[in-house]
Amino acid sequence: MWAMVAKEFRELRRDRRTMAMMIVLPVLLLVVFGYAANFTVHNIPAYVAGPSASQAAALLRPPVFRVTEVDPAGDAATAQERLRDGKDVIAVVTGGAKPVVLMDGTQLFSVQTAERALAQVAQGAGVPPPQVQILYNPDLTTSWVMVPGLAGLILVFIGTLITSLGVVRERQSGTLEQLAVMPFRAWDVIVGKIVPYLILAAIDLVLIVVIGMGVFHVPFAGSVAVFALGAALFLLVTLGMGILISTVSQNQGQAIQLAFMVVMPQVLLSGLIFPISAMAAGVRWISYLLPLTYFIEVSRGVMLKATPISALWGPLGLLALLAVVVLGLAVVRFRRDLAPASRKAQTRPRTEEPAAA
Amino acid sequence: MKWGLQDVHLTRGPNVALAGVTVPVDPGRLTVVVGGDGAGKTSCLEVLAGLAEPSSGAVYRPGLERIGYVPATVGLYADLTVQENLDFIARAYRLSARERDRKADELLQVTGLSGARHRLAGQLSGGMRRKLAVSMALLHAPELLILDEPTTGVDPVSRVELWRLIARAVADGTAVAVATTYVNEASRGACVVLLEAGAVVASGSPEEILNSVPGTLGTTQAPARPTALSWRRGASWRVWEPTGTLPAGVRPVRPDFQDAVVAATLATERAEHGRHA
Repeated sequence: MWAMVAKEFRELRRDRRTMAMMIVLPVLLLVVFGYAANFTVHNIPAYVAGPSASQAAALLRPPVFRVTEVDPAGDAATAQERLRDGKDVIAVVTGGAKPVVLMDGTQLFSVQTAERALAQVAQGAGVPPPQVQILYNPDLTTSWVMVPGLAGLILVFIGTLITSLGVVRERQSGTLEQLAVMPFRAWDVIVGKIVPYLILAAIDLVLIVVIGMGVFHVPFAGSVAVFALGAALFLLVTLGMGILISTVSQNQGQAIQLAFMVVMPQVLLSGLIFPISAMAAGVRWISYLLPLTYFIEVSRGVMLKATPISALWGPLGLLALLAVVVLGLAVVRFRRDLAPASRKAQTRPRTEEPAAA
Repeated sequence: MKWGLQDVHLTRGPNVALAGVTVPVDPGRLTVVVGGDGAGKTSCLEVLAGLAEPSSGAVYRPGLERIGYVPATVGLYADLTVQENLDFIARAYRLSARERDRKADELLQVTGLSGARHRLAGQLSGGMRRKLAVSMALLHAPELLILDEPTTGVDPVSRVELWRLIARAVADGTAVAVATTYVNEASRGACVVLLEAGAVVASGSPEEILNSVPGTLGTTQAPARPTALSWRRGASWRVWEPTGTLPAGVRPVRPDFQDAVVAATLATERAEHGRHA
């Protein structure tokens, strides 16, 4: 038995990725998610409008609220527009008989925190609680918020895991070597490899959205074209990650391990479950590096709030940037795997000329 | 030479994989690269196929569309049927449907795989998989066919069928380079390149290699190993003596190709040892 135990430890010691998964990853996950797993939101961005904006803003104190703008000339329409475009989570509109507080219902935890805090503020000031109007998700239905995010998660799963497995399978079976010797350009192989997964992922995405709308009654308020653009850019990033993983994995086990390390943080740090604004500053920066963070912003914005493309250039641009960087890196590495001999011309490859005897 | 490697050097990390290796591969001729594990056979073929980039030397090969290559790992799509694997290759090389059907029928007939046309490649036996892989490499009638250990782990009957397939390609004018660890198979080549630790130990036709054996070869029925430079051959020992004087009780014998390969390897090892001593 001890021989077996010793052998197992020896193997594990040489399998650095598994060791990393078993020792480093849990510690890292504990620290990162310890700071990320927080439902208590602070710094809720608030817009205050109307003639009594200054007085109302004075009541919205940190750390719960962060007043982004005090606009005495603003009105309910401006406030609603800012919420739709994701600039603020709550907007206080004064000037009527009673101040009206508009809230972005897609930000579940922020809204719940804001409601509690506003009740306390009103009680402290000895005034009746303001009239609260929750927009985009009036009943604060969790599935409405989750379905657009889950659509992204499925795309991460297909794009990253399934693609990397597909490419690694070629490497393991020796067919990648053969492809390199066949009259394909590197692009032919890469595009030929990606397109089926792209189509499958697109079908999956449509299915998820349709089921979400049919079964969970999630609205699709915005533009399908903007949603499709966001999904396409996001898919390119995830497919790029899948190919990148495949270029550093020798077998499917290694690919699964790496894909897990890439998918896991996206599940927990992208705002899918825990609100990004509730995360510690250090962890929040990790969120900003994850493509799912931006896709969720686009999908929730378009589906629930009908956010126009003009308000989504930020996340769309970042997704495009990530797509260029990740896919570019993946293509460079994949090309190197496919055509190592074409990199330098020291030899005379593919010449027709017979050698001098 | 029309195709092949000339004075090729290849390094893999800190290791020298090939040191000044020349492998001529000519149309209508079979070149066999033979050597033990780690001798550099696969490296040779990878450089020839364009999968590895040599640090120096010249590589002569036709365009990719005129190369057929089978790696040691066989390289089949296990989840595709035999026919679908062939169809993929046909489409990749832009063969017409008529050409594809004609060549595929012919190759499946020769390899005895006609009955397995609709079986998944992953469900084929080792020998059948190798035959399918070689058929796929031959489908587009390449000018240069590169086969890395095509008969390793293959049953004797399938091995014969594979060599028949290779001989047929050679007869059709294809330049064929085969790597093998089996010395008896190497003697099939019009040109044999014997590799040891990334360097050429002997090169030429089997006759040339046979005639170039240095020293003297003998045989004995002694119960124990007679000298350090001896090896088992059936029930007897072969004894190689570089000085030409065989020990007492050892009868001189004319070397065959297998003996020649072992003697050439021993001679190289001795020379290498002498250089480092």
